[in-house]
Amino acid sequence: MTMLPAKTEKKLGLVIDLDTCVGCHACVISCKGWNTENYGAPLSDQDPYGADPSGTFLNRVHSYEVQPPMLGRAAAPDAQLIHFPKSCLHCEDAPCVTVCPTGASYKRVEDGIVLVNEADCIGCGLCAWACPYGAREMDAAAGVMKKCTLCVDRIYNENLPEIDREPACVRTCPSSARHFGDFADPDSNVSQLVAERGGMDLMPEQGTKPVNKYLPPRPKDQLARREEEIDGLAPFLAPVASEAKGFLSWLNKTLEKL
Amino acid sequence: MTHKQPALDLSPKVSDEIRKTTCYMCACRCGIDVHMKKDPLGDLKVAYIEGNRDHPVNKGVLCAKGSAGIMQHNAPSRLSAPMKRVGPRGSGEFEKISWEEAYSIAESWLRPIRETDPSKLAFFTGRDQSQSFTSLWAQSFGTPNYAAHGGFCSVNMAAAGIYTMGGAFWEFGQPDWDHTKLFMLFGVAEDHDSNPIKMGIGKIKQRGARVIGVNPIRTGYNAVADDWVGITPGTDGLFILSMIHCLMQAGKIDLHYLAHYTDAAVLINCDEKSPDFGLKMRDAQGKELVVDRTTGKPAPFDQKGVKPNLAATLRVAGVTHRPVFHRMAEMYLDQQYAPEAIAERCGISAGRIRALAAELARVAFEESFELKHEWTDFRGEHHTTMTGRPVSFHAMRGISAHANGFQTCRALHTLQIILGTVEVPGGFRFNPPYPKPATAHPKPHCKVTPGAPLDGPHLGFVHGPDDLALKEDGTPARIDKAFTWENPMSAHGLMHMVISNAHAGDPYKIDTLFMYMANMSWNSSMNTTGVQDMLTDRDENGEYVIPRIIYSDAYSSEMVAYADLILPDTTYLERYDCISLLDRPICEAGAVADAIRWPVVEPDRDVKGFQSALCDLGARLGLPAFTNQDGSQKYADYADYIVNHERRPGVGPLAGWRVGAHGLQGGRGDANENQLENYIANGGFYIEHIPAGANYYKPWNAAYQDWAVKMGLYDSPQPYLFTLYSEPMRKFQLAAEGHGKRQPPDYLRQRIREKMSPLPIWYETDQQGNEGFTITALTQRPMAMYHSWGSQNAWLRQLHGRNPMYFPSPLMRAHGLRDGDWAEITSPHGTITVPVMEMAALNANTIWTWNAIGKRKGAWALDENAPEATKGFLLNHLIHELLPPKGDGLRWANSDPITGQAAWFDLKVAVRKVEAPADAQARPAMPAIKSPVGKGPAHLKWKVGT
Repeated sequence: MTMLPAKTEKKLGLVIDLDTCVGCHACVISCKGWNTENYGAPLSDQDPYGADPSGTFLNRVHSYEVQPPMLGRAAAPDAQLIHFPKSCLHCEDAPCVTVCPTGASYKRVEDGIVLVNEADCIGCGLCAWACPYGAREMDAAAGVMKKCTLCVDRIYNENLPEIDREPACVRTCPSSARHFGDFADPDSNVSQLVAERGGMDLMPEQGTKPVNKYLPPRPKDQLARREEEIDGLAPFLAPVASEAKGFLSWLNKTLEKL
Repeated sequence: MTHKQPALDLSPKVSDEIRKTTCYMCACRCGIDVHMKKDPLGDLKVAYIEGNRDHPVNKGVLCAKGSAGIMQHNAPSRLSAPMKRVGPRGSGEFEKISWEEAYSIAESWLRPIRETDPSKLAFFTGRDQSQSFTSLWAQSFGTPNYAAHGGFCSVNMAAAGIYTMGGAFWEFGQPDWDHTKLFMLFGVAEDHDSNPIKMGIGKIKQRGARVIGVNPIRTGYNAVADDWVGITPGTDGLFILSMIHCLMQAGKIDLHYLAHYTDAAVLINCDEKSPDFGLKMRDAQGKELVVDRTTGKPAPFDQKGVKPNLAATLRVAGVTHRPVFHRMAEMYLDQQYAPEAIAERCGISAGRIRALAAELARVAFEESFELKHEWTDFRGEHHTTMTGRPVSFHAMRGISAHANGFQTCRALHTLQIILGTVEVPGGFRFNPPYPKPATAHPKPHCKVTPGAPLDGPHLGFVHGPDDLALKEDGTPARIDKAFTWENPMSAHGLMHMVISNAHAGDPYKIDTLFMYMANMSWNSSMNTTGVQDMLTDRDENGEYVIPRIIYSDAYSSEMVAYADLILPDTTYLERYDCISLLDRPICEAGAVADAIRWPVVEPDRDVKGFQSALCDLGARLGLPAFTNQDGSQKYADYADYIVNHERRPGVGPLAGWRVGAHGLQGGRGDANENQLENYIANGGFYIEHIPAGANYYKPWNAAYQDWAVKMGLYDSPQPYLFTLYSEPMRKFQLAAEGHGKRQPPDYLRQRIREKMSPLPIWYETDQQGNEGFTITALTQRPMAMYHSWGSQNAWLRQLHGRNPMYFPSPLMRAHGLRDGDWAEITSPHGTITVPVMEMAALNANTIWTWNAIGKRKGAWALDENAPEATKGFLLNHLIHELLPPKGDGLRWANSDPITGQAAWFDLKVAVRKVEAPADAQARPAMPAIKSPVGKGPAHLKWKVGT
């Protein structure tokens, strides 16, 4: 058992906007690149050019299809596809920390980032088993547990320009679906996004109090619903004529007024 | 255990040096920061790649491909030395040779051709970003047989855009992301402009602006679209024309815009008996004529103060002339385009079509706004504001890779134009050097002279039958039959027909096929197995039917095995390149910009940038463009060419830091020896912003036109009208009706009359042979892969190592299929047996798979049991480059009859559940080719620093 700090000064984490994530995997690979070269052991790959390639990733994108329910007697709405990036959520009550037998897993007092001290990690894998999100991966080459560090070696790094002191996945996200900040500060960009867009916890019933939040997709296919009530749009298509001759006479009259 | 925290170094060294160059993991051309670190031996190595924040294309972001560039640069599939074939073609057996030997072999093949008949060389390039250079080489050699891969890519989109608006989508324009409120996207998975589109969608969604996606498949951009229209493939044109019908019928069109900036008011000869029937009325200088609303008299469209009248007709010498807009009204108000008449064919309800048209109208006209930008138009009228119509569109291969794609793309541009949304705030804007009308582009050239260059550039825009690339006897001048009656407006050539035609000797036989970065024996060809047979087929004397093949690639692609001589290219981090204004630059709608690549690391293999090899080879062959007057080599390498070549006086491959009268300047100027150093110091690119007031309405904005001349984009102002009514197409129709000297063969007359409508139409593509094949089948490119390149990348192949055939839920049920089952997919041409997976967010009659995941065993340094080579498959086996025989003995290309665009997405199939093959491998299964590069390592732990 490893203790969690009673309180952290900041609560650093990510807001991931499911309304704009196009599922491009940019975050996945920039994370792989940065964390292979930086913090701790490189993220290794086994059989990388072979029959069953597998490697360590700290961030993965899953895709889920959603079938919205039927409303009234209308035809079933179209199915939707949601891209869902997932990495460590830096939980306030992180079960991966409390389960660690060596104290290698810990939550930082300063900012709440959950990290693995690789020097103390014995590779037992208990933390990965305890994490309800599947957010930790054992590196097969190094035999230590790897996880999202929230780029702790970027966000305070004085060798980087200030603007680049954010996680690699946030810096690279082409559609700006990822945001980084302090959830302990109600005025921070991430707190405000969560307030405005109804940011959600992932699997709150697990009681882990995740710091990372997800912004839900906005309602889709609203025009398809409005076709049932075309009256709302009808004024925009009120005919000026039904065939060419009438149209040309409308044209003459309209041009007079231009 | 109590809480304990180790001391962490929160400011570790990031890199020893950052080298800024241009990405080449796809065609998007983002700026990248390559972080270099010393390895334990003290050598600087590539350690990490991220986006360049200052770069105009990506502004710091980078996609998965770009970040995985380090794995491409270090891929075990890299070729290491020139090679000559020692086994039979297709076996993959090679011997490494020196560059001297490689050049002397190439010279011994090419010199006799050039001296006798340069057209015996066919030189085609694939994912080439140096077409203004490779085309110069081919022109100097003298062969008419040159093109890049646009013909099998998206030429319909390019040609329709340029013929209609003087600019196209691709990366040649962009929505006004800062002002648009509704973005409608047709059929784009991942394409050119990949990061800018993602950035744009993110940006407009933050503002609450909305996205409508029209695509049979709801992935990627369509997954985040607010509204998704799961259209039936190939019917986009019909859907668009129906929305045009609704908008015209409701008068929701921008009459001022149509009258002033388009040919809607231009007069057309309406006398059916006249040889000029359907042609535009012009004055003695060739200027299109309109009726001036002020005087009621005809006047040239660009005369000072003219107010073109959309409604007025004019009778001259007994011939009635009516404005283009009358023809449009007659055509599009017809009930054949009513939503109720087309709904079933498109798979979209009539109510939904009206709702979408109404939404376009609402946003364009109810949410319009004025920007306080003063400007003066080309007729001299001063405006105090610019009117915004915040509806923007984008489309690429999805609508263009059909045999009705050109007309569909024209229809989409017509929709944009009637809403008044092109080059206005909130709409679609051109990136310099566009706008540039089709008439300002070259025409195709094909006059061959032994021992001498071609008479001009190969590719261009035809404006009537006189411009076709025909020999004196009327037969095609080019091996791909571009610019012939079969596909007159084939602006990018027909790369997909080169091997097929060369093998058939139709229109003639060639001697040497020379290709660059084009995987023609695999995913870049229709009919993959057939193409492999053509490449290896021998004549009655035992000689190869295509006698010699030279190929250049950086990697061990499937095509390598089918070549006789391999010129190994470098990776993108080891080379010079220019992303040039002469070619496909990195401009933004508000700025002119170009860029370079430079060797951030030197190659550690005996390889050479292909363009540098062409400089050497060009000099050995004595090509005028590559030889000094004393016979010595003109350009030592590609870098030398980039700096010192002048296309026109003061205009070279790069526009930045040229030598002017008062020092260095952008745009025109003399060559600057230190130009590449200037680029490197500036982060690898050059940018200059378009002045305020010149930023919109560019085709008609006097300030923009003057600025473009100053920058060297044009030599004189080129204001023009958008072309709703295509006169070149009408001229081809006139020829088919029997007018003029150059006449089409009789068997093509009806097709030309029907398909070359000067106003956009929709037609069902040729369905002969499709009886019983009712399901449409498509491919999409994954966002994290680029063509065949991705699979050799250890990181990317973990994202997309498999490609099931995705089936919509109704088809899964109908055929009793479950995820992981296998199905036999049959087309009129072939059969594949593949694993299937269900997808609900999919057009109910369409199946699809990811493009180019399937790999040939032995290629790309992958294990022969790699999933890409066992379960991976290509849809290409089902698509023939020819239509089924019609019994007339003719070879009909599976291409758009107007442009020759490869009709990949016209494919129709039948499906049947089958038992999984005993070896669980997809069919057709092909024998392995011998890898010329060996295999990759069993483990990767990539870390340069300590």
